[in-house]
Amino acid sequence: MNEMIFEAKDLSRSFTVGRSALRNLANRFLGERTPTVLRAVDNVSLTLREGETLGVVGESGCGKSTLARMIAGILPVSSGERHFRGEPYDSLLARKRDALKIQMVFQDPLSSLNPRLRVGEIVGEAAVLHGLVPRSRVKDYVVDILARVGLPADSISRYPHQFSGGQRQRVGIARSLAVKPDMLICDEAVAALDVSVQAQIINLLMDIKRESGLAMIFISHDLGVIRHLCDRVAVMYLGRVVELAETEQLFATPTHPYTRMLLDGMPKISLERRKFMPIQGEIPSPLNPPSGCHFHPRCPIATEHCRRTRPELREIASGHVHACLNVEAL
Amino acid sequence: MTEPFFQVDGLNTWFFTRQGVIKSVRDISFDLRRGEVLGIVGESGSGKSVTGMSIMGQIDEPGRIVSGSISLDGQELTALTFEEMRRYRGRKIAMVFQNPLMTLNPLMRVRDQMYEAISEHEDVSHREMHDRCIEVLKAVGIPSPEERLNAYPHEMSGGMRQRVVIATALLLGPDMIIADEPTTALDVTIQAQIIYHIRRQIDERGLGMIWITHDLSTLSELADRIMVMYAGATMEIGTTEDIIGSSRHPYTRKLLDSVPSRNTPGEKLRQIPGNMPSLLSLEKGCPFASRCERATEICSEPVPATQLSATHRIWCYHPFEG
Repeated sequence: MNEMIFEAKDLSRSFTVGRSALRNLANRFLGERTPTVLRAVDNVSLTLREGETLGVVGESGCGKSTLARMIAGILPVSSGERHFRGEPYDSLLARKRDALKIQMVFQDPLSSLNPRLRVGEIVGEAAVLHGLVPRSRVKDYVVDILARVGLPADSISRYPHQFSGGQRQRVGIARSLAVKPDMLICDEAVAALDVSVQAQIINLLMDIKRESGLAMIFISHDLGVIRHLCDRVAVMYLGRVVELAETEQLFATPTHPYTRMLLDGMPKISLERRKFMPIQGEIPSPLNPPSGCHFHPRCPIATEHCRRTRPELREIASGHVHACLNVEAL
Repeated sequence: MTEPFFQVDGLNTWFFTRQGVIKSVRDISFDLRRGEVLGIVGESGSGKSVTGMSIMGQIDEPGRIVSGSISLDGQELTALTFEEMRRYRGRKIAMVFQNPLMTLNPLMRVRDQMYEAISEHEDVSHREMHDRCIEVLKAVGIPSPEERLNAYPHEMSGGMRQRVVIATALLLGPDMIIADEPTTALDVTIQAQIIYHIRRQIDERGLGMIWITHDLSTLSELADRIMVMYAGATMEIGTTEDIIGSSRHPYTRKLLDSVPSRNTPGEKLRQIPGNMPSLLSLEKGCPFASRCERATEICSEPVPATQLSATHRIWCYHPFEG
């Protein structure tokens, strides 16, 4: 098995919501001292090996983007440990050049690419700044990378707005590749693209993975894309990982009731008329998550026990963990 | 099968911009029956949304319906004045958009917005307005509708907001609803809920629905018939079985093939090479020809429709064998 490249242990991240000067003042006078805390990510542990692609899937508010930002090192953690090749993030991130080994691709390339820079600068800037390539040779360097992501050489002198959505996402990927990362975090990187363009970008990511053995964390709400691209998948619900397994196994034998609900809800191209079932309940607000197992109000097999006890992740088969108190009982 | 109550015939909607004429919709024809969901599927720039806006009479300068007819129960909609069309919208045809926050007024309670929708068109008592609001909110599966009536849009989740929009669309008992990517921004479990309720309302009320989306998977499960659009033109139209099960058009097949669930996990997806042509520089032939493996010289000529069966029509010189 390949070397471990990334390890997260008990990562948590909380945000204080609605803390404004006015609110603080009001609290002081009214004697209320209960700021609303949103626990976006709640004790998540993950590992990633060299060359592996780990998928993180979940619905709005499950904390997958917060998790992605913590893994990318652009968001501090509230508690927990992050290690990259055995080294804690604190010392890694202090050395700017090594921090580049972790790169991120975002959903909306238009808001993550500087509109006032030409593609040549967007892609080449960091590599020059960090001495990965001398300024005199940066043009050839960028043209090479653009070719790798399937963009013509003359893109170099154009601005982001002059590209289509798919091409812009290629620019975003090129910018990440330009600093020779070891780990790439893609946060909904294909969500905003048309089906045919999405296929092109997915193929590009697979090519990159195959050529350079890049380790990837792929965050998405789209189970079809996750299934296609990932070796292992973590399913998140309201800040917690509820199930984690090899992709094949997760799709063949999902055990957590939430994973099953998610797989059932996944639209498939088929001629069988699906009996759309009214699934119980809404996704609760992460501000006020249900007690015990967060999923219990929507769960078809929840018991009184689930209302009170937080389920821990337990291994049910080799490499397959889930957090459900009740599945075995059935 | 019942007769169609709604027809679009030879619709052309163009935008006259400084860069040139953008022919967003070219020669689109289709019809709709009561209790039927027609899916219009296409990628960005295919003209699917402009088709919906054209029906609603919401094409603004520099755009214009250049030619074609849109008729509902024999009434020609393109001939209506602005004021007549305004009364038509909501009462006869309602539209649901992707982003409910753009449809809902953030400063008004749900109750006031829904009441306004009724009072714009009818003169009824508060009691009746209230009862009708509760009825439609229940119909789309909103729990404790009384409470929701008092809520502001920001107090609800995205799925709940979209349900309020759909409920409002049902409020005046329209003949048809046009939904433009109504569940695209929603989570899958919420999407499944909403589709369940919409399908039920269509069947119960005998509504006609046009469901505009880029998502073939959702359509395959929801739609009765599907129209495939590309660069402003229809490529293929037929029953869901015709399109999903036995598509004959190279573009439809490519589109189906590029969906991850139709590919072997871990292997390269079958992708469509190249990009959609600019709508400014469309030639008279098939717009897909430049990306099509089967294309020959004749594809640069105008493509006539071929009727493959009673339900299945295709615009292609080199269709796949049936």
